[in-house]
Amino acid sequence: MDTLRLPLLALALGACTGWAQSPTYGLGKAPSADEIRAWDISIGPEGKELPPGRGTAAEGAKLFLTKGCGGCHGPTGIGARAPALIKGGPERGQPIPPGMEGMHMAPDTGIMALRSPFAVTIWDYINRGMPLFKEGTLKPDEVYALTAFLLAKNEVIKEGDVMDQQSLPKVKMPNVNGFSDAPPWKHGQRRLAGYP
Amino acid sequence: MESKKPGRRGFLKDAALAGLAVGAAKSASGEPILAEYSKKDLIAYGERSRFVTSARAPVPGRMSPDAFGLVFHVSTPLQDSVGIITPSSLHYVATHRGSFVPDIDPKQHRFMIHGMVDRPLVFTMDELKRLPYVTRVHFLECLGNRSGAKGKTVQDTHGLTSCSEWTGVLLSVLLKECGVQKGASWMVAEGAEEVKGASSIPLAKGQDDCLVAYAQNGEALRPQQGFPLRLIVPGFEGIYQTKYLRRIKIVDRFYMTYNDYGHINPDPKVTALTVQWGPKSVITFPSGGQQLSGPGFYDISGLAWSGGGAVKRVEVSTDGGKKWQDAELRTPAYRMAHTRFGLNWRWDGKECTLLSRCTDELGQVQPTVAEAGKFFGDPPEKARVRGTDNSIQPWIVAADGSVRNGHA
Repeated sequence: MDTLRLPLLALALGACTGWAQSPTYGLGKAPSADEIRAWDISIGPEGKELPPGRGTAAEGAKLFLTKGCGGCHGPTGIGARAPALIKGGPERGQPIPPGMEGMHMAPDTGIMALRSPFAVTIWDYINRGMPLFKEGTLKPDEVYALTAFLLAKNEVIKEGDVMDQQSLPKVKMPNVNGFSDAPPWKHGQRRLAGYP
Repeated sequence: MESKKPGRRGFLKDAALAGLAVGAAKSASGEPILAEYSKKDLIAYGERSRFVTSARAPVPGRMSPDAFGLVFHVSTPLQDSVGIITPSSLHYVATHRGSFVPDIDPKQHRFMIHGMVDRPLVFTMDELKRLPYVTRVHFLECLGNRSGAKGKTVQDTHGLTSCSEWTGVLLSVLLKECGVQKGASWMVAEGAEEVKGASSIPLAKGQDDCLVAYAQNGEALRPQQGFPLRLIVPGFEGIYQTKYLRRIKIVDRFYMTYNDYGHINPDPKVTALTVQWGPKSVITFPSGGQQLSGPGFYDISGLAWSGGGAVKRVEVSTDGGKKWQDAELRTPAYRMAHTRFGLNWRWDGKECTLLSRCTDELGQVQPTVAEAGKFFGDPPEKARVRGTDNSIQPWIVAADGSVRNGHA
């Protein structure tokens, strides 16, 4: 009898204390605040997760060469194997080298510092994905400086502007209105009313 | 003489008894001989016959390996497909920036859920495998899977979709373990590969049918498919199917990651068509590059699928769309899965255009390019498909039995 009653009692008690929100299986380990901080490299558009640090375009210009960015993107930031990063260079319109078909020679609309609606997305991407083979090794100051370099070279900010936790999220990007949200997703909802 | 051969004879008999697939052929004298299979093939992990050569191929227009020596997107040979499951070795591959395939030790791999949850949790692979699992058949498809004038075969025009049986834990189960907080509306899923590719996904989708998958077609995920763990977001465009899944952060807004920003569009209608696949189908036989041997009976065969749910109906036209006939669904119609259709057909030897059209459980109907463009006001000659391309594929069968792309 008791074996039958106990689960029922537990169920009744559970219902009173928010049963639906209690863990059912008890597997997995709670990470420490430090562990979460170490893993959490997602920087949202408001830049809430940006770490302290600062950098300028002049510092970024040096890092662009010393950190090897120029090796793939070209010393001037365009016309090499990796995607173009800076607009309006002399290489524009030249034939695409073999093996680079499809993506590497982007028009201005494909340049990150012009296409991204938020400046923090550039910071986030450099921080998580660059430089090639040494991803995640740049220090926050260096990421701020490289971000400032790309923004200044594309004339989004002024050459002397300092990029940091406060100023970077406030940069008004030329493409800030260039995207739209998808409608809220709902189970069983058609993609777009009226579309075949 | 005979006494010198018992080893081979004995082996053949034993192999047959053990139910092993032995590559037997006939020698010139009519005696069965063993093909050159290694012990690894025969015992540990079987290989297909050397006579079967169906293979993936780099997508047209982007060389692989590329300037960095990296493999970019490779496509599934749909022209050779039967049934609905793509062999794992032939599953299409698409990558963020060239195929850096990480070599992850599953014992070291961790998966964390955090952000707007009551209890952030980190799971080992062993812990994930202790949880109740589900097994589901789902297609994956890359946004780049677009048909046009250039593609010669169905591999060129449609090969960036594949379908597998995926096994794993429902994300909804894990989210309940963590306790999602009020106000949460989006999640960011992130991989452990070198670029740590991350995508914003509606939380409602995550709580509905997303799968934290560790197995594909009855075995562990392949490294190119995200070993040891990937997210399956059924029916969504390929980039959301986060490989090497290491982290999901629950948030209250669209996060505009690098992956997201590549997909943005100022028109909300186009954005709506970019996220989830519409109803789609394609005839895989007869298809571009194939050859009919002459008039007579053929079984038209193809695949249909939809990001909106199960395939409800497939129609086939053999006269360029004047008349449509219902095709047979030859397999169960799983939700967000390839479904095999077929239609018995007697070819009269005259040039004709073959089309297929899918209707899904939501009543969405696969459009022609002209119909897709008309919605946006395109004149017929300039019509194009926005977002994911689910348009009807025409194949032209010429009088000589050759088959070519009707878009060309």
